[in-house]
Amino acid sequence: MVDKILIENLSLQYADGTESLQNISMGIRPNAVTVLFGPAGGGKSTLLRCLNRLNDLTDIKTSSGRILIDGENILDPKTDVIALRRKVGMVFARPVPLPMSIRENITYGMELAGENRRSVLDEAVERSLKLAAIWEEVKDRLNDPAVALSGGQQQRVCLARVLALQPEIILLDEPTSGLDPISTGKVEMALQELKKNYTVILVPHSVQQAARTADYAAFFLQGELIEYDDGKKIFTTPKEKKTEDYIMGRFG
Amino acid sequence: MTRFFARNRHTVQRLGFTLITLVAVMTVIPIVGVIIFIVYQGGPAISTEFITGFPYDGMRSGGILPAIIGTLYLTIGTAVFSVPLGIAAAIYLSEYAKDNQATRLIRLAIINLAGIPSVVYGLFGLGLFVLFLKFGTSILAASLTLSIMTLPVIISTSEEALRAVPQSFRTVSISLGATRWQTIRRIVLKEALPGILTGVILGLERAAGETAPILFTGAAFFLPRLPGSPFDATMALPYHLFVISTQVPEMPIQIQYGTALVLLVFVLTMNVIATIIRSRARARRQW
Amino acid sequence: MEKSLNWREFIITRAIKASGYSAIVFVLLIFFFLLRESLPTLTRVETSSLLGTRWYPIEDYFGILPLITGSLVVTLGAALIAIPFGIGTAVYISEIAPRWMREILKPLVELLGGLPSVVLGFLGILVVSPFLRVFLDLPTGLTAFTGSLLLGGIAVPTVVSVAEDALDSVPRAYREGAWALGATKWQTIWRVTLPAAKSGVLTAIMLGIGRAIGETMTVMMVTGNAPVLATTLGSLFSPVRTMTATIAAEMGEVATGSTHYHVLFFIGIVLFLISLIVNVIASSVVFRAKKRAERILS
Repeated sequence: MVDKILIENLSLQYADGTESLQNISMGIRPNAVTVLFGPAGGGKSTLLRCLNRLNDLTDIKTSSGRILIDGENILDPKTDVIALRRKVGMVFARPVPLPMSIRENITYGMELAGENRRSVLDEAVERSLKLAAIWEEVKDRLNDPAVALSGGQQQRVCLARVLALQPEIILLDEPTSGLDPISTGKVEMALQELKKNYTVILVPHSVQQAARTADYAAFFLQGELIEYDDGKKIFTTPKEKKTEDYIMGRFG
Repeated sequence: MTRFFARNRHTVQRLGFTLITLVAVMTVIPIVGVIIFIVYQGGPAISTEFITGFPYDGMRSGGILPAIIGTLYLTIGTAVFSVPLGIAAAIYLSEYAKDNQATRLIRLAIINLAGIPSVVYGLFGLGLFVLFLKFGTSILAASLTLSIMTLPVIISTSEEALRAVPQSFRTVSISLGATRWQTIRRIVLKEALPGILTGVILGLERAAGETAPILFTGAAFFLPRLPGSPFDATMALPYHLFVISTQVPEMPIQIQYGTALVLLVFVLTMNVIATIIRSRARARRQW
Repeated sequence: MEKSLNWREFIITRAIKASGYSAIVFVLLIFFFLLRESLPTLTRVETSSLLGTRWYPIEDYFGILPLITGSLVVTLGAALIAIPFGIGTAVYISEIAPRWMREILKPLVELLGGLPSVVLGFLGILVVSPFLRVFLDLPTGLTAFTGSLLLGGIAVPTVVSVAEDALDSVPRAYREGAWALGATKWQTIWRVTLPAAKSGVLTAIMLGIGRAIGETMTVMMVTGNAPVLATTLGSLFSPVRTMTATIAAEMGEVATGSTHYHVLFFIGIVLFLISLIVNVIASSVVFRAKKRAERILS
């Protein structure tokens, strides 16, 4: 199986001197949930933001290495970043409903791309909300402001918002950190469904969530990739001592 | 002495609070007093003829329509130049500018523009627009002068309104494949609009009430007709009030108060509209 | 679709960038025009006479000293009124007034800031000045003091809104810490909150003073317009002439290109430079205080 994403010797340092990633090399498999876990400051979010070039908005001092998605280096200055961001969608830690109706939230990305045919947009709204496991709850109030929903519902709408663009890769940065267990469960279930057709990369908010959801898992510590292995194996018999110490809760 | 104060802390506090409250009351009462007084004195002068008629007998009777229309023209003229430029500059500062020396220079320039005395603007307008560019004493020259004067207010309040929009909206928009301008137009500008509008109205309110900048650039005391083109001079409420209260002998006091009242109403209406926009937007905000 | 979007966005971005720099362009433009029209003064009038004490343009006396002292006296008086009343009201609104009162007072003070200066000057002539003449038994009510009184009223809203903002942004934790140590509200205000808001309050004062120096119509209407050198305390209660009023009053009557014309521009550039200096100082005070705060909090 060919890796969907290939990261080669990626290093990155922010303008304020903090070194965020040190020589990361790894391959991400398609149609699976790959989990990046580890204590705060490990570089997981930074890596995610490299994958959709969201780091362009921040002050970066130096960066080197390549990230190949389907064989093309997306860190190349000639890359069409807009198209990349449609292909690689991101769900953030706090739900950020845009100040518009639920329907408009979902169609926002498509309208940016120039799509304004009512039928296409309507179909996309229904499709994405179903994929995000929230269609039944909101199908009768699509024109209500998205901000009126509960936290868990908002986050699933944010997921649907990303899915409407029919991405190939979905990045989730601690998506359930503010949510109650039931909503968390709904999101995790949706991910298991989604991995059948998408490449899912998840930064979990707890080791337990990582163990629950991971097909593959990578342990990050202070910018370095310590261990990367099969999900079942790494949480039961980790190879590195640091990985084991973190999973056992000896530090965090 | 300090020990006296320490032991009697609560008495000191009560005295202090009373004093400060008194100060605040003494500051606020004149405001209300001024408005009530002018309404009381000027009210009797207001009639349909006063608002819609032309002055005659050297301004001593008749109406002040040309002054009202003139102030309207000047306000619109100021808006035409200062609003687009001001909002664009605010967008630059809020969305594009980096935190470097050039940006600090721009901010310093804005602070300076805000501090220049209004009469110096009048001199500048005279030198550049009236004389050098040969626009003559005209609505155009006066509007341009007032625009530059109003620019810092519009830029500051607009930038504040833009910055108030949560950063997370921008991040999400970009992550969905929007360009920076698309993000600004569809989300940031839209959400900041009430705040920007409030700032614009307050800025224009100030421009409408100014006399010094239009003294040598566009104001005239008596014109037989309403201005027909931007190159005509115009009467204006603040200038009119100034002249009839200082330079016209035997000016009926009631007409003076009436003119002051009309100017006050013009200005206060704008203020009230701005306040209403601001509070309604705050209630309807989805963040 | 993508191509045309990029082209349009490019033009819009350029226009926005240009607008951003427009402020600098305008300041330079104003400075150069004032300079251009005021420089002939230095060749046509001897500096010693310029710094003389007689301002009587008809007979070619262009001493600007009385105008400067006129502005100084009126502004000083205005500051002495605006600072205590302005800061006091700001403290009241921010620290003492109940929530509902605050919602009424803030718009009210803002309303005062919107009152056209010509209206206040008008009331000054018809109401304040006769009152002062009777009350203080003066030969005329059109004095520097009258001007200071009204100018103080004009500067107060500026002082109040900036100072109130500064006091409001002092973190609640500061006050709570003081209360936890047993301080009364009153003690907290004067020993903790106000010092914490020091730079903002100072800015408020400087902006208020700037407003007072630059005011034209009100002073022109009520200070009596006598260019007399202000030397004693008594000068406060006699007529004076400010720089701003001089320009406004005489510009309409000068011939373009005459010496008088150029001297008025000279006064204009002096005013421009004064406000420039005041603003640079005020902003550097704020800047340095902010840097210090950042260092302490980081």
